[in-house]
Amino acid sequence: MHAPDGFINAPVSLGTGVISASFLAVALSKARSELDEKAAPMAGLVAAYVFAVQMLNFPVALGTSGHLMGGALAAILIGPWTGMIAVSTVVILQALLFADGGLTALGFNVFNMAIITVIAGWLVFQLLTKVIKGRTGIIAGAFLAALVSVPASAVAFVFQYSIGGTGTLDIADVFVAMFSVHVLIGIGEGLITALTVTAVLALRPDLVFGARGKVQANLEIRESQVR
Amino acid sequence: MLLFVLLVVLTPLGNWWLFITYLLIIFTVILIAKLPPLTVIRRMVIEVPFVIFAVLMPFFSAGPYVSVLGMQLSEAGLTAGIGLLFKGTIGVLSSITLASTTPMREVLSGLSRLKVPNMLVEIAAFMVRYVDVVVDEMRRMRIARQSRGYFETGIRSWPVIAKAAGALFIRAYERGERVHLAMLSRGYQGKMPSYQIAIATNQQWLVGMILPISAVVVLILGWRIS
Repeated sequence: MHAPDGFINAPVSLGTGVISASFLAVALSKARSELDEKAAPMAGLVAAYVFAVQMLNFPVALGTSGHLMGGALAAILIGPWTGMIAVSTVVILQALLFADGGLTALGFNVFNMAIITVIAGWLVFQLLTKVIKGRTGIIAGAFLAALVSVPASAVAFVFQYSIGGTGTLDIADVFVAMFSVHVLIGIGEGLITALTVTAVLALRPDLVFGARGKVQANLEIRESQVR
Repeated sequence: MLLFVLLVVLTPLGNWWLFITYLLIIFTVILIAKLPPLTVIRRMVIEVPFVIFAVLMPFFSAGPYVSVLGMQLSEAGLTAGIGLLFKGTIGVLSSITLASTTPMREVLSGLSRLKVPNMLVEIAAFMVRYVDVVVDEMRRMRIARQSRGYFETGIRSWPVIAKAAGALFIRAYERGERVHLAMLSRGYQGKMPSYQIAIATNQQWLVGMILPISAVVVLILGWRIS
């Protein structure tokens, strides 16, 4: 949901812009400590990955298809701070290079699509992996984190719209419509995120940031009888 | 460009001919830049969900009603809907103009001159450089699936596509590590050489300011008259 120019008024655009910028500033310094001098190439490549994954079509039915938003996925795979930067970079470059979303609404879009999805997703994931241990916890956590991240983004969107929207629609109506649609989208996002995390977990468990210290890479010596 | 859009957004609703003037200004710029009209139209598709939103507004808003073409429409909703339509369209058009007249490298060096943190500019630069590599990788994986007789249909194919997404992540990550090592071997020390090659000349400033200035002129004229 890329908001165009003029969708929200100037004070809210500026306010969300300032909030987004300060979140990004914190995320930048934290990412440096997560990845040290590797940060720039790694976050860049992951941003390219998020961009590509958003182009990957998942057929739903009757010729329609959807795609991932990737906020929760990025947070689980490479950590919340680097993930936040990667998804924000995607949103910023989409605005600058492909005219997706207005320039004055950039802070608004970054906040809703990158920062909120990553934070909500990561918190849910942390909570669930604490309750359920091991591989099951990580997969369940990935599902629920992605599921929550989408309606969370929609709720933030409606909340800011209620402060500075230029429309005259009844807020309650907008809320119900946005929320119910996004819960449905969230279920899809959750399924795909969980499946993707499972796939990475099976091949390279050491790469899944959210699984560090929770799942052992089970290298074992297998013997076969010599006949 | 940003200034121009900001001014448009700040313009109060109701002065419709002001918005029409803005549209004319941006159309002139597109003409001067010789952008192919088809590309512009294709890129405007992004606006469609919000056009629907704007069109729905008059039907579902509260307030005093006016009848247009025999339909009962909310007056406030109508004003807001048309305003959103105008502002959104002008914004999309000017973003398209920026995106299609300025090469990526210059957008990036522009960002770094606007005091965007160097690190963010570097990450963006890496993304821009490698996005085609990763997207091509994804395309190759799809062709590989299809050449083995697999075509995705419905939700049942999600596990397969998700596995591809997982494999893509691993490949992108490993490529990132390889790129990093390649950079280290060429003497990278945590900071790229500066992107600041060009500095805007006075003339470029003048050309760049034409849009916002013309918007200011239109706005002031509008105030005088109304």
